[in-house]
Amino acid sequence: MDESQSPRRLRSASWADPAFEWLTRVFAFVVFSLLVAILASLVVGSQITLQKYGFSFIWSSDWDPVKERFGALVPIYGTVVTSLIAMLIGVPVSFGIALFLTELSPAWLKRPLGTAIELLAAIPSIIYGMWGLFVFAPLFQEHVQPALVNTLGAVPFFGALFAGPSIGIGMLTAGLILSVMVIPFITAVMRDVFEIVPAMLKESAYGLGATTWEVVWRVVLPYTKVGVIGGIMLGLGRALGETMAVTFVIGNAHHLAVSLNAPGNSIASALANEFTEAVGDIYFSALIELGLILFLITTIVLALAKLLLMRLARREGTGA
Amino acid sequence: MSAVMQVASAISPGNRLYRSRKRVNLLLLAISSLALAFGLFWLVWILGTLLYEGGYALAHATLYYQMTPPPGADGGLANAIVGSLVMVAAGTLIGTPVGILAGTYLAEYGRGGWLAGATRFLNDVLLSAPSIVIGLFVYSVYVARVKHFSAWAGAMALALLVIPVVVRTTDDMLKLVPHTLREAAMALGCPAWKMIVSVTYRAARTGILTGVLLAIARISGETAPLLFTALNNQFWSNNMNAPMANLPVVIFQFAMSPYEDWHRLAWGGAALITLAVLVLNILARALFRKTD
Repeated sequence: MDESQSPRRLRSASWADPAFEWLTRVFAFVVFSLLVAILASLVVGSQITLQKYGFSFIWSSDWDPVKERFGALVPIYGTVVTSLIAMLIGVPVSFGIALFLTELSPAWLKRPLGTAIELLAAIPSIIYGMWGLFVFAPLFQEHVQPALVNTLGAVPFFGALFAGPSIGIGMLTAGLILSVMVIPFITAVMRDVFEIVPAMLKESAYGLGATTWEVVWRVVLPYTKVGVIGGIMLGLGRALGETMAVTFVIGNAHHLAVSLNAPGNSIASALANEFTEAVGDIYFSALIELGLILFLITTIVLALAKLLLMRLARREGTGA
Repeated sequence: MSAVMQVASAISPGNRLYRSRKRVNLLLLAISSLALAFGLFWLVWILGTLLYEGGYALAHATLYYQMTPPPGADGGLANAIVGSLVMVAAGTLIGTPVGILAGTYLAEYGRGGWLAGATRFLNDVLLSAPSIVIGLFVYSVYVARVKHFSAWAGAMALALLVIPVVVRTTDDMLKLVPHTLREAAMALGCPAWKMIVSVTYRAARTGILTGVLLAIARISGETAPLLFTALNNQFWSNNMNAPMANLPVVIFQFAMSPYEDWHRLAWGGAALITLAVLVLNILARALFRKTD
């Protein structure tokens, strides 16, 4: 088109269009580089301990700010153990809830019940922590822990997990509260992927005389396996990085204990408790390296979750 | 003929295998209902505790106009409430435009390009990344450079939490806008930027607003990223370049203290935050449902 003949308004658009496109592209790039920037800042911040300890930082259980000797084993152990407890309880419960919401619930109850479960995710984590410390831990200490110690604690070998005094706070309590916190996240994914199962597949199974449970276990679950694992990984990613709820109830003790009743520490709670009070470059560096380890673990877990969910979505032909 | 007989007998009430399959089914469906009850039980218990413990503090007007007290004195949470409002507002105002523009690129321009695919992927990872690491990031790149904690740093950390939520919803909502709308605008000679701003944004308005509301709900209760950025302040502060009081950190500090009256204020603050967050969530849902 001849530029000189076009009206002024159209000419102004000729620069406005690429300008707007570039504006949005720049911001997309900002978002794209955020993750890399976070990683870079953590690596730079933990230079001192990275160079001083190398990989031994990961399996050393030292944590002595006075003598300036640091190792990440205790917080890594606490993070992993509490998250595993959360998964052990959270996954079957979420599966049950998703099953109820997709297969059993009357249509009119689906939305309110689903919303109620989603609201569990809306409650801020500090509220879980505070409630856990003041309400749940005392009840748990008085009524549940002694029973666990007396029954499961007496089992040989396995019982060591439940030995020791009942003090209410500790890794078990933290894991239990985490399990409630991950339920809404895992349930949401499971419910979504259960709903994409073609009705014809399910009806074929029902037509052959399968019971509801058999349809879910033999048809729905195999069909959505990838997505279900993705949802579990998503919940795991949340559990690993959860800070405030764990900080309140884990006890913040830097020692390695086999018993789940014992207080421990997680990476996130060590950071929350000690970062603002840390003195000295090495101490800071050690804490930032803890953050780096946490970031790497959660990023890998979450990326895997996302990849699995994308695989299911691609098979379905719906956009990720 | 015999196959038909078998099928008929497999589901006849007299068949022992069929009865045991039905029993298993019933048992597992009962467990599934119990799982739902288990989930709802915690929700009711936590909300009930908050109302019971926090109701007393919420009902006292001093909560809203007095400053956070030293231990043993009377006081309220006025500075923390205002500090939270200021930082959440600043975080939202910084994060929302960034999120919307980046989301626009993903949905409108980047289809099929590497940048859009990679950004969408990393954004989803960022969406669930531990918020305490965001706090560490802002500490290292800003607080450690200027050498003091500040409300700006807190707002920045919150903005970084807003961005992935807004990017995700903007992207999703713009993708829902029918192509015919875009084509109609283009056919009228509308330039692409104008088509996006006045046609697709308008069509996806409620959806994007829902995302912003959900983002606000999320950052209102965030504690971890504020610990290393805004820190806390016992007094009223209008200075964005100084530490500022905020509800989550005050709750953390007061709840961890041994003082009874601090505990009571912490419960009041906890009830206040939770109510606000739940209202925002329900509002966002109601808004979104209207668009369906």
